[in-house]
Amino acid sequence: MAYSDKVLDHYNNPRNVGSLDKSSSDVGTGIVGAPECGDVMKLQIQVEGDRIVDAKFKTFGCGSAIASSSLATEWIKGKTLDEALAIQNTQIVQELSLPPVKIHCSVLAEDAIKSAVNDYKSKQAKEGQKS
Amino acid sequence: MKLPIYLDYQATTPVDPRVLDAMLPYFTQHFGNAASRNHRYGWEAEAAVEKAREEIAGLIGASSKEIVFTSGSTEAINLAMKGVAEMYGEKGRHIITSQAEHKAVLDTAKHLEKQGFEVTYLQPDKTGRVTLEAVAAAMRPDTILVALMWANNEVGTLNPVREIGALCHEKGVLFFTDATQAVGKIPVDVEADHVDLLCLSGHKVYGPKGVGILYVRRRNPRVRVVAQMDGGGHERGMRSGTLNVPSIVGLGAACRIASAEFEAEAKRASELRDHLQKRLTTELDEVYVNGNLEHRLPNCLNVSFAYVEGESLLMGISDVAVSSGSACTSASLEPSHVLRSMAVGDELAHSSIRFGIGRFTTREELDFAADQVIGAVRRLRELSPLYEMAKEGIDLKSVNWQGGH
Repeated sequence: MAYSDKVLDHYNNPRNVGSLDKSSSDVGTGIVGAPECGDVMKLQIQVEGDRIVDAKFKTFGCGSAIASSSLATEWIKGKTLDEALAIQNTQIVQELSLPPVKIHCSVLAEDAIKSAVNDYKSKQAKEGQKS
Repeated sequence: MKLPIYLDYQATTPVDPRVLDAMLPYFTQHFGNAASRNHRYGWEAEAAVEKAREEIAGLIGASSKEIVFTSGSTEAINLAMKGVAEMYGEKGRHIITSQAEHKAVLDTAKHLEKQGFEVTYLQPDKTGRVTLEAVAAAMRPDTILVALMWANNEVGTLNPVREIGALCHEKGVLFFTDATQAVGKIPVDVEADHVDLLCLSGHKVYGPKGVGILYVRRRNPRVRVVAQMDGGGHERGMRSGTLNVPSIVGLGAACRIASAEFEAEAKRASELRDHLQKRLTTELDEVYVNGNLEHRLPNCLNVSFAYVEGESLLMGISDVAVSSGSACTSASLEPSHVLRSMAVGDELAHSSIRFGIGRFTTREELDFAADQVIGAVRRLRELSPLYEMAKEGIDLKSVNWQGGH
């Protein structure tokens, strides 16, 4: 399979690889996919106020899955939660020139963003109940 | 070193230069039709074909009259299974094969099922081996054919062919074996191994692509197959079509070389294979060898690198040409059916790489490949959330995974 230059670039130089402290109240964690499907993405965001100030990822998956999640972290950094939630998988497909067989990778990246934001929001809601 | 390093010898092999030399005169000089009985051009072609037949028969312990030329193993498999089913369908309608067979066998079996035959697909054990007991238990009074590969193309596991062949002969059931990966790598003797039908392919034994044979036993028992190609009645009526003389000459030369050299070659390949296996399993953790450590091809190593997806690993080792059982490398988005049949687990199937060592592989090349693989696995594990979770002591099987396809 031939990969686009952008996929290769993200695969060879993935952005924002790593982990944030998942127990921290200002960190949201999204883990999507399943090992038996060959794709698992972990995407984490650190939030201040309404804004994503840091994002990290780790991905088990093909080159396109790694590139999709790497790109996702790049895009959501500096964005508000609502802006991050508005990112569509089709934008990722377009940016990385993903072939049809790899579209599920972009879907997973979109799900990972949503899952991380939701995790953050539910943590905040719980915090709110406590205080 | 020529890059990328070729370690995909189960997929295909280069033509040996000695084979090519033998073939070349038959394109332009001795170009006759082997079926032309009334001039020298035809006689020369026929003589060359008969010599090749002897050379091929010699490698598998057959007589030259038992060799039917085909376009390769896929055609030979179709001829063997459909040809037997059509010829002996009155006698019985049951066929035994296994889930770990090549698609050519599985799809032919499915075709026969549609025609009213009943097929038992045996599950191999965890090493990919079909046991004699499993075959014996599946035998029925109406079983007419057992079709089991000699060596598995993905994991290199060898089936107990001799024992299964003896059982088939005892029960009066025909035994067909796809020996595409075995011939030229390990000893094959259709008499001692009780084989009735056997296929092999030129391009797996350093011969050309597009040529292969079906061995059809002529006595004890005399096996008959119904032709699947109608025409001029070539190959004793079993496979019509003008013979591909240059390729047949090439296949003959390849088999002659294999007869003389395969023992030394197997020894060399298995030493290289063991060296690679040792490096991968000692320099990395959580590496699993797929297949059977005792009954296996000398030149095949299938390994799963846990927590690393196969296609991303292939991307990371672009200077090494190998294959993966990962779904992402296939059109179907399903991981290897062979690893699945061995109950390897889909997550490890997605992480598998097959290394094939060949006649022209050097230790230097293998070490280069091992360095690349080890480096890429380490890098990708740094990227892998699963590796991180495993290191934290989380049992990945206990996780309730969300989504995915």
